[in-house]
Amino acid sequence: MLSLTLKSALSQLREGKTSAKELCEKCIERAAKLRELNALVTETFQIARSQAEHAAAGYSVGSGEPGPLAGIPVAVKDNFCTKGVRTSCASHMLQNYAPPYNATMVQKMADGGAVLIGKTNLDEYGMGSASVESIYGATRNPWKYRFSHRNNVEFENQVEQSNNGPDNENNDLYTSHPAMRGYKGSLSERMGDKNYTDWHVAGGSSGGSAVAVASGICFGALGSDTGGSTRNPASYCGIVGLKSTYGLLSRHGLIPLVNSMDVPGIFSRSVDDAAILLNCLAGHDVFDSTTVPDEYNPIHLPDDISVKGLHIGIPKEYHAPGTSADVIDAWRKMADMFDNAGAKVSQVSLPHTQYSILCYSVLCCCEVASNMARYDGIEFGLRTNDMASTEQLYADSRHKGFNDVVRGRIFAGNYFLLRKNYERYFLKAQRVRRLISDDFRTVFNNGVDLLLTPTTLSDAPRHDWYVQEDNRTRSVQQDVYTQPINLAGVPAVTVPICLSCNGLPIGLQLIGQHFGEKQMLLAAKWMEQQCCFPSLNLDFLDQIP
Amino acid sequence: MRLTLKTLKKFGVIYYTRVVRCYSSQSKVPDKPTWIPINPLQLPEVPPLDKELINHLERLSLVEFNNVAGVERLAKAIESANQLYMVNTDGVEPLDSVLEDRNLYLRDDIVCEGNCRDDIMSNAVKTVEEYFVAPPGNIPLKKKDDGPA
Repeated sequence: MLSLTLKSALSQLREGKTSAKELCEKCIERAAKLRELNALVTETFQIARSQAEHAAAGYSVGSGEPGPLAGIPVAVKDNFCTKGVRTSCASHMLQNYAPPYNATMVQKMADGGAVLIGKTNLDEYGMGSASVESIYGATRNPWKYRFSHRNNVEFENQVEQSNNGPDNENNDLYTSHPAMRGYKGSLSERMGDKNYTDWHVAGGSSGGSAVAVASGICFGALGSDTGGSTRNPASYCGIVGLKSTYGLLSRHGLIPLVNSMDVPGIFSRSVDDAAILLNCLAGHDVFDSTTVPDEYNPIHLPDDISVKGLHIGIPKEYHAPGTSADVIDAWRKMADMFDNAGAKVSQVSLPHTQYSILCYSVLCCCEVASNMARYDGIEFGLRTNDMASTEQLYADSRHKGFNDVVRGRIFAGNYFLLRKNYERYFLKAQRVRRLISDDFRTVFNNGVDLLLTPTTLSDAPRHDWYVQEDNRTRSVQQDVYTQPINLAGVPAVTVPICLSCNGLPIGLQLIGQHFGEKQMLLAAKWMEQQCCFPSLNLDFLDQIP
Repeated sequence: MRLTLKTLKKFGVIYYTRVVRCYSSQSKVPDKPTWIPINPLQLPEVPPLDKELINHLERLSLVEFNNVAGVERLAKAIESANQLYMVNTDGVEPLDSVLEDRNLYLRDDIVCEGNCRDDIMSNAVKTVEEYFVAPPGNIPLKKKDDGPA
């Protein structure tokens, strides 16, 4: 049941083969069994149960048309505001923050009848590419994972009742607030066997959402994508990850990382599912002036798709140093499949690609330095006890609230923004950004419909290997194929293609034109149909008491 | 020439291996990485990050650097950013927003949600009646003597 697609789950609900309550309980049970993966940082089972009840009523006779997501369990990255539910960004800074409002994406899902199972793990403020930089600990990739099969259901009930308790027992600054709800057990309880180290990273920064969808905790999830934070973990976890055109999905209530690049991301098990979620979420939002006011036309993907005559570009610069042979092989085979099916496949050039990651790093740090200025501990967030002066309180709270990575990016950003460096770094990077954006424009203006590229350099790396290098080094490697898309604002989707020689998923990325989601998703669905990717199925866990 | 199953059949199975090899060498995916190596000697040097600069950045960032590792990280970030010098951007305008050529909606400046003072204040750790509480202002950050050299 939990390995169904969202689309099939919806039709089972409509046909009365299952109920919203049953689906919700199954997902809660799965979530409780998989705590060791550390995908959820806040479980919202009580909210889920009441939403499921509401959805079930919607399916009863005579109550009209149920919502587009009625009864579908979902999860939301913990950087989207959820009214009354802690929204932490996996940072000490926001551990005591319970937003007074819902992000537009969260509200639209709820209005559509979705059932919120929990808030998902991420790299602190989304700054990372593996979901290892979280105050709650790293998220683990369910692929090739050695499950400890522990029965956590009793534990879950205890937590539901006690509903409190510090994550960091040493510091009462993080616990002295009513926002500490939905808390779920100590770190050691969640992390399972300490001697087990050869698991793989989930990718990031939206790793928790990717794992939740891949492992059957929910049927779809929200992430965010600033430089690849949705596509990278989707690729590592063998699911579909959609980054829409900048301006199509509202960022209202998405805690910003880089305003000019952030977009909400969609995780799902199939391309059809991604389209269903997109249809529910897309469109103008009066609360976000960067959403375009155009009317959104819902996307319906037929099953019988022809790619004949479609022009697929293969950007030659997307063979970056360090790309694994598996990935190149998958890329080549898919290009050949398009060719064999009558699409026109040609090699194209996006000449500034290799400078893109550098440009991204500079702009990211600059916007981070500016965005993070809001955290001062006065109106919300972590506040220390330093009362010597306002600035002293700010500095102390910020120092204790942010991790090394966040602080490092603030410093670098402020350095690049110094009056003497502004032109040399910030404006220079913005100029390079235009060149990168123009590269895409030129290729598309010359008749290319879509671009086919790898999503990541390799399959999911092992955690113990990953943490040998610092965050900056890893981000430069991990985001290499994904961040140019954010710089240009175009849409992209990663589709699981095959397994690597290690038995881990490999995804490929399709890049579309501005607001060309329909054409892109059609081709993505066609790819999915050709590949018959062996999705993860953890239904054996249901047999374990 | 595009080779289809039909042409394969015409040539006969005996040519199958040759044809397949010829096919994959036609792949549009490049065999080797296409990035141009950057000569570090062509790049500007990272200027020294002296104590004065670090203090200035700390004040701007309102976060303490605290250790040598923080300074090293900054130096690496600058070194990496310096590679942008290799790109010729003469006459290129900076790109602020990818929606620069679209008309975006601005709503009227009127209150559409309100009466939420308690909700908003509930996230503050320290309040008095309907006020946020801050320590005395206009006092510069304490200077540290033991900062990184």
